[in-house]
Formats: sequence, structure tokens, C-alpha cells
Amino acid sequence: MNQDSFAEGHSVIHRIDPRLRLVGAVALAVVVAVSYDFTTLITALALSLLLALMAQLDLRTVIRRLLAPILFLLLLWAVLPWSFKGESFLTWGLITLTRPGITLCAQISLKTIALMVTFMALLATMTVDTLGHALNRLRFPDKLVVMLLITFRYLFVIEQEYRRLLRAMKIRNFQPKTNLHSYRTYAYLIGILFVRASERARRVHGAMICRGFSGKFFSLREFSPHPWNGAFCFFITFSLILLIILEWVV
Amino acid sequence: MIVSPVVLSLKKICFGYPGGQLILNDLDFHIHAGDRIGLVAPNGSGKTTLFHVAMGLLKPVSGTIEAFGKVRKKEADFVEVRRRIGLLFQDADDQLFSPTVLDDVAFGPLNLGKTREEAVNVAEKTLDFLGLTGFEDRVTHKLSGGEKRLVSLATVLAMEPEVLLLDEPSTGLDAATKEKLIDILNSLDLSLVFISHEFDFLSQTAQHIYTMENGRILFDKELHLHTHQHAHLMGQQPHKHI
Ligand SMILES: Nc1ncnc2c1ncn2[C@@H]1O[C@H](COP(=O)(O)OP(=O)(O)OP(=O)(O)O)[C@@H](O)[C@H]1O
Ligand SMILES: [Mg+2]
Repeated sequence: MNQDSFAEGHSVIHRIDPRLRLVGAVALAVVVAVSYDFTTLITALALSLLLALMAQLDLRTVIRRLLAPILFLLLLWAVLPWSFKGESFLTWGLITLTRPGITLCAQISLKTIALMVTFMALLATMTVDTLGHALNRLRFPDKLVVMLLITFRYLFVIEQEYRRLLRAMKIRNFQPKTNLHSYRTYAYLIGILFVRASERARRVHGAMICRGFSGKFFSLREFSPHPWNGAFCFFITFSLILLIILEWVV
Repeated sequence: MIVSPVVLSLKKICFGYPGGQLILNDLDFHIHAGDRIGLVAPNGSGKTTLFHVAMGLLKPVSGTIEAFGKVRKKEADFVEVRRRIGLLFQDADDQLFSPTVLDDVAFGPLNLGKTREEAVNVAEKTLDFLGLTGFEDRVTHKLSGGEKRLVSLATVLAMEPEVLLLDEPSTGLDAATKEKLIDILNSLDLSLVFISHEFDFLSQTAQHIYTMENGRILFDKELHLHTHQHAHLMGQQPHKHI
């Protein structure tokens, strides 16, 4: 698992207060989500690319992470243009591509890519535990923060457990085939994983109680002031105003 | 000789996991202040279960638990017990649930109502004491097995308990780290109970060795001199066993 690969950089963005990045990303997401004007959406895309550039994200990794959403978008492009009712754009035998269908597809594609890139630049550049602490400081409910942090922590343990089980199967010469034995073995594997995870949860809860846990989450993280914080605020505010003007005023 | 007060006493405890037979059967166990008790018993004889019952994590079917002069029954009674008794879990991955070492070690002190600075202070002091200086920002799941054990011990010690229950603290440690652990344990001014399968370790840390049989504790088995076979580096050279 290598989810933290973006989090390890040292760019300008990495140094900005995680709380500001979190708030900025959410604000941009809200504005982009309710915008439909193409100028606005293209501007948003350009801004997201600018942020990615500032965060010095590795282009190849960005593209790799965009593959899944792009596949989903291709599916939309395959279905929406002809199934949507409206003024026809192109008729081709029995199939009619409608103008509203194509417009909708283009809007969804632009929004998706712009948002994904923005989130990669602003949020994927912090570790999950930093995100948890930032959420805590923004008065997010303790329960959710603890859940996020513990899920993140035990994902690795469960993955290790999974690998151990898989190894145990392999050294006894298990070869996956399409037969009942293979299916049953995989079913056992998954079953055992669930049992172990729930046993683990019980013990971890015990360990937390032993150390006085009563549902309250305390964060130790200090988010130190940084001269770039102000500049970042200005940049995000400016972007938001620009997008809003493009969408609703012009 | 002055008899020191009893800090924890389990009387006539019976416990079994749901649908299973009794693991603890009419068990009696007392810890006096300043005791150093080693517990040796075969796998599956219920040592871990005993510790969890003592901490109130598992509820006995019958019997009474008395800690620090009071009978403890309800969940609320155990809050104080858990503050004053520290339990080191058998599996360090159960104990270390925070993303970084500092977060984890400070978790207990913060729950006890310490301020951030105080908690960080205690955590750093504890880490220094265990020779883990510089581990603060390490990610817990990326530590080695031995490092996890020591950090787990730090998380328990940071709560400044009066009694320590250690579930196989020496398992998986190399010779040097084990020596270090023995020194640390011997320098602590606490009541200690440790589970271990290693006689070498116990003979250097424990005053009494107890064992378990049929769900009960057998007290004060004297250490016997015995001959044994085992592999050694430099096995040719003379060496000492106690
Ligand atoms: N969560 C559980 N549910 C049901 N049975 C359990 C559970 N945990 C332990 N047992 C059973 O209780 C018995 C005692 O287990 P326990 O873990 O206390 O042994 P132990 O003395 O600590 O052994 P070890 O030296 O292997 O750590 C075992 O037979 C075990 O199968
Ligand atoms: Mg055990």
C-alpha cells in the first residue's frame, strides 16, 4: 500500500496549514459542483492544474490515479449522448446524439477531473493522520475522527494479516483454479479475515479503555504558522471569487 | 517483617468464554505492593485471560475482584483500577493504535486530564527513559516487532501506574534488548506481574514464580535447579544460569 506517496513532498502546498487546505478544497468543490458554465469549469480545471503544479505532483501518478474516474466517464460518454432526450446534434443511422446529452457529459467530465486534481493537490498531500487532526481542529465530531484514524491504522494490520494467510496457503501449494476447492478456500480466507478483524477490534477497544479512553479525542498536533498561509488564503479566495463571477455574473 | 498491603486480589474467580468450558476455575490470586511475580504456565492455560479479568475487560461468572481496598464490580469501578494498573498486551499491535509514537504514548496521559504540554512532556520523558529518544514521529505500524514492544511499554508507563501486568514482555526481543528490558524492569519501583515462558528472563526479574493449572494459580513454586539443553552462541565457553 502506497497511499502516502503524494504526502511525502516538500512543495509550497505541503507546507501550508492542513486546515486551510481542507477548507479550501471543500470550498472549491462546492462551487465547482454547482457550476455549469463552460468558462467556469475550464477555469476551475486550469486552477486545479496550477495547484497540482505548485504541489509538484508527479504527472504519471496523477494520471494513474485519474484512470478509474476516466473509465467511469467513458462509460457516461458511451451511454448519455444518445439516451438523453433533446435537440439532435448528429444523426447516424438509428442513433441520434443529442446536444444536451453531449453538453452534460462534457460538464460532468470537466467537473470530475477538476475536482480530482484539486483534491490530489490539496488533500492527498497530507497523511491521513494529519487529515484526522485537521478535522479534529475544525471541530469535526470526535467519533468520526477516531474512526478515520483507527481505520487507517488497522488497514495495514489487516492487509498484513491477509498477506500472511495468503502465504500460508501458498506454501502449502494452493493454486487458484475454477473449482469448488478454490472457491471454498477463498471463502475461508475472507471469513477468517472478518473474524480476526472483529477480534482485533475487541482487543484494541480493551487497550484503549485500559488507558482511560472515554470517547474524547485529543490532538497533539501543532499547526505552526507559515508565511505562505496568507498567500494561500488569498489565492483560494481569489479563485473562488473568480469562479463565482464567471458562473453567475458574467 | 512488615507485610505490605494487598493492592489487587482476586477471590474465587470463575470465568469461561461463551460456549466454552471454565478457563479460570475458583482462582485465587493476590498481589502485594512491591511484589514481583513471574507467571509461567503452558499455552492456553488462561494467563492472558486472567489479566483481562483483572482489568475488568472480561467479566467473571463468579468471584470478587478487590483492588486498592475496594470491591470492583461495575464498569465504572474499573475506571480507577485501569488508571492505577497498567496492562501490556500480548500483541503490541493491539496496544499501538495511534498513527505516530508520540500520539500513542501521550494518549493515556491526555485521557487522565493532563494538558497537551504536560502529556507531551511525560511522553518524551518516558521515551527517553526507555532509550527511545527520537522515536516521537515514527509511524507505529512501521516499527519492528521489538520496537513495538518497547513503545507499548512506554504507553503503559506514561500513565504512571502503581501495578504493571506484563503479558509476555520478553517475547521476540533479541538478547541485548532483553537485557535492557530486564534493567528497566528492575529499576522500576512498582508491583509487577509478568507472564513469560523464559526462565532466564524470570530468574533475573521475579521474586516469586507462580504457575497455573486447571484454572488455578499454584503459589510459590520454588525455583529448582535443573539441567537443560539449549542452543547458544559461543556454547563452548563457560556460562552461567540461575
Ligand atoms: N476470545 C476468545 N474466545 C474464546 N476462547 C478463547 C478466547 N481467547 C482465548 N480463548 C481460550 O481460552 C483459553 C486460554 O487462553 P489464554 O489466551 O488466556 O491463554 P494463555 O495462557 O495466555 O496462552 P498463551 O501462552 O498461548 O498466550 C485457550 O484455550 C483459548 O482457546
Ligand atoms: Mg497469552
